[in-house]
Amino acid sequence: MPLSPTTPKPESPLPPEKTIAAWRILLRGAGAFFVLYVFCVWAAKGYNRGWTQNQVPVKHIDPITEIEFIKYEKRFVPGLDVLAAGVTSGLLIFSVTFLGRRCPPNRA
Amino acid sequence: MSPKPSLNYRYIIPNLDHAMNQILRTIAFAGFTIVSAVATPNTYDFKDPKGVNAIQFTLDSILEPIVGNANAVEGKVTFDPADVAATKGALEVASSSLKVPNDKMTEHLLSADWIDAAKHQDISFEFSKLDSVRTISEGKWSAIAAGKFTLKGVSKEVLVPVTLNHLAGAYGKRLNKPELHGDLLVVRGVFTILRSEFGIQPGKNEDKVAPAIQLTFALVGSAPGA
Repeated sequence: MPLSPTTPKPESPLPPEKTIAAWRILLRGAGAFFVLYVFCVWAAKGYNRGWTQNQVPVKHIDPITEIEFIKYEKRFVPGLDVLAAGVTSGLLIFSVTFLGRRCPPNRA
Repeated sequence: MSPKPSLNYRYIIPNLDHAMNQILRTIAFAGFTIVSAVATPNTYDFKDPKGVNAIQFTLDSILEPIVGNANAVEGKVTFDPADVAATKGALEVASSSLKVPNDKMTEHLLSADWIDAAKHQDISFEFSKLDSVRTISEGKWSAIAAGKFTLKGVSKEVLVPVTLNHLAGAYGKRLNKPELHGDLLVVRGVFTILRSEFGIQPGKNEDKVAPAIQLTFALVGSAPGA
């Protein structure tokens, strides 16, 4: 027998299906991508396990006196501080997606 | 008429050539000794035209040693290879030329909390003689320079082990102008100071930045016309 429009729907015996909001998926992707990007940049720039440098010392030798001297070249070499900051930022973006309600409140 | 026989002194004094050589050598040696004895010491200018002179500093820190340098070196040293112990002079470096590979760190280093480059513009070392002079090889000596080191307005007596290398006649060659005469004096050394003794963050952040600062220098002074 068909139900009339005024008849209330019967309660479904199954729990509501769990879904993730699109913005959470996007932010998780962005966070993971950011961590990967920072790591790749750090690795590509020479795996500098020291402090970040924005001027790189280059050694030269004076041929007559044999004095080793340094000249600085303008070049950015990210260090562990940049890597740590990048990874922390990416993880923060990722973890933001776990805050708040995980299911839409009014599922039809 | 028979020809007059010529006299051959080689037969009269068989070792004439040898004797002449000995006499000439003796005169040359005596001349050299006299010139060395009365030679005045030359003054070497450490403001290097090629900008090679620098003092490197190293501080251990949590991640890696902080290494930087200061290259605005000036000063004069009086040196005589015949009397190395009498070497004396004063060297100074502009505080504002201190630099590390990170601009923010450099800014921090020059600030009032650390070097205070705006107020104390020079770091200097003045010495009046060399002790424990030892010849390493020809034109090369090791010694101890005892003098007054001034940093951030604080002066302390320090002992600096140095090596001196006298490069006679190398001035013009170094500048690619062989027609210029002059000597070079290369001075190298390493010594350590405690930053607390010079009022640089005494007792602070010693777990992050070591209290000792190692200073390494390799400097060349020129004496044109020497």
